[in-house]
Amino acid sequence: MNILELLQEAVVSLTLNKMRTALATLGIIIGTGSVIALISLGQASQKSVENQIESLGSNLLTVLPGAQNSGNVRGAAGSATTLTYNDAKAIMMQVGITLPDVKNVSAELSRRAQVVAGRNNTNTQITGVVPSYAEIRKVNLSSGVFISQRDVDAMTKVAVLGPAVAADLFGDEANPVGQNIRVNNQSLKVIGLTVAKGGAGPQSQDDAIYVPLTTAQDQLFGVDYVSTISIEAVTASAMTDAQNELGYFLLAEHKLNDPTKADFQILSQQDILGAASQITGTLTALLSGIAAISLVVGGIGIMNIMLVTVTERTREIGLRKALGAKKRLVVWQFLIEAVILTFAGGILGTFLGGAVSYFVSNAISLPFTLSPESITLALGVSGVIGLIFGWYPAQKASNLQPIEALRYE
Amino acid sequence: MIKAIHISKVYVNGGVETVALTDVSFEIKNGEFVAIMGPSGSGKSTLMHILGALDTPTGGDYFLDGQNVGKMNQDSLAEVRNKKIGFIFQSFNLLPRTTALKNVMLPMAYAGVPKKERLERAKKYLEMVGLGDRMEHFSNQLSGGQQQRVAIARGISMNPSILLADEPTGNIASVQAEEIMDIFKDLNRQGHTIVMITHEPDIAAHAQRAVHIKDGKIAT
Repeated sequence: MNILELLQEAVVSLTLNKMRTALATLGIIIGTGSVIALISLGQASQKSVENQIESLGSNLLTVLPGAQNSGNVRGAAGSATTLTYNDAKAIMMQVGITLPDVKNVSAELSRRAQVVAGRNNTNTQITGVVPSYAEIRKVNLSSGVFISQRDVDAMTKVAVLGPAVAADLFGDEANPVGQNIRVNNQSLKVIGLTVAKGGAGPQSQDDAIYVPLTTAQDQLFGVDYVSTISIEAVTASAMTDAQNELGYFLLAEHKLNDPTKADFQILSQQDILGAASQITGTLTALLSGIAAISLVVGGIGIMNIMLVTVTERTREIGLRKALGAKKRLVVWQFLIEAVILTFAGGILGTFLGGAVSYFVSNAISLPFTLSPESITLALGVSGVIGLIFGWYPAQKASNLQPIEALRYE
Repeated sequence: MIKAIHISKVYVNGGVETVALTDVSFEIKNGEFVAIMGPSGSGKSTLMHILGALDTPTGGDYFLDGQNVGKMNQDSLAEVRNKKIGFIFQSFNLLPRTTALKNVMLPMAYAGVPKKERLERAKKYLEMVGLGDRMEHFSNQLSGGQQQRVAIARGISMNPSILLADEPTGNIASVQAEEIMDIFKDLNRQGHTIVMITHEPDIAAHAQRAVHIKDGKIAT
């Protein structure tokens, strides 16, 4: 009796009790389905976060001020006020000279504030910028112009709006260029509107207002520092070199000679991307792990059904052994039935999980991804579950004594 | 050719010994049609299990075609049952919801006979027992007599050394029982060795000779 005939027999005996077969498989379908759906959604959100971070600009280094220390208490990174517009200017002067791997520099001051236009108001991120910000962060305008160097020098009261803010303040589809908004009792004239980049949350570049850096410092918030300095490296491969050059340059600029006492830190896009990927990756693994529990429960269901089947078919097993079926053949017969159950469940579960992931991705506008690896994994695992949980019932069947089994009523 | 030499069988169940057979010796030559007779509880079922290689004796030797079957392991016993013994049970023991043809083909499948040959042989044997028109019927759609005839076709499909029938007419109407006995006599004439266990004297009368068992011993 070859494997093909064993498969045929297994399929025939599984179709004899369709309802039971369907119910036994259901556990595996749900288990595999939830694993596939969660892995797929996890990968989708990871990809979405990566896209969002990458859309902030490639080859990007971000200089943050160090932690603020008062006495022996060390504050959060970025809480200090040690970076200034002059640092950015000094870096600009050295681009291509002592900083050969740096291409472009921009300084920013970001604060959240309440913004009013007519009767509408919203709370959003106000970012004081210099013109190079648009190049480094890939900000494009759908209407009007961006902040110019003249605006920065003359501290003009102008603003460029992100599409989300514009929609909040002036309604959808409205062109706000030429209108006025009020921030901290200062009236600003809207001179531009940026192109929508997508993404949501506090990191979204669509929910932002850009003003000249000097205007933000003096007129709006009354401070003299900047919150970040953004650096564009010449190429992606020059990122590490640029990071090092910049580190030594700023240490010298701040008159520090011990790198461990640096009052700033430099993060690359890779660092941020890595951290974000790690978070979503951990979450995906955790959720998939929980889903995998239901797969195991499904496997126990299979074992249960197989044990019932073995008991029910005791006479049949006895007869088969009496007619010359060897132990190994009986083991195979029942093992194959169990694996067919779980494997079929795995295939259906993959379709179910894929469909769930597809609809959920669409509903919350994530990019739909279903990697071949996760499909292979799901099918492999469901097959292995059949082997594991089918093993005991199959052994039990093969160990039946033919006389006892034939006598069984 | 069957040779039973001082066969005994003792069951131990929860520390209590039950003696089923003591010192049973006999010989059955090729081509014989022998009835093994005895009242219920006489040990004839135990003897049938041992002769059918379904069980092994606790003492003595059982030779089937010169092979000492009493000392074999499970898988070798399975092979002996497959190749040398054709079983015909009182309750037929056909696979339910399976066609007569497939039932007859089953032992040949275990023996690894090629599929085409299996089909040809199964058809031949079913025609021989007069079921040429019922081959595609499910076993549970057939009458008792017809089911037993399928079982006979299955029993002879591997051309075994002995055909072992355990109360073959016990669950069949008497008219059909006569038909079954006619088939047995035909098979015997063709050279098949038949060992039939029964407690009915008029069924045993069809055999050439009878071995009587009483209280686990051969009665003379």
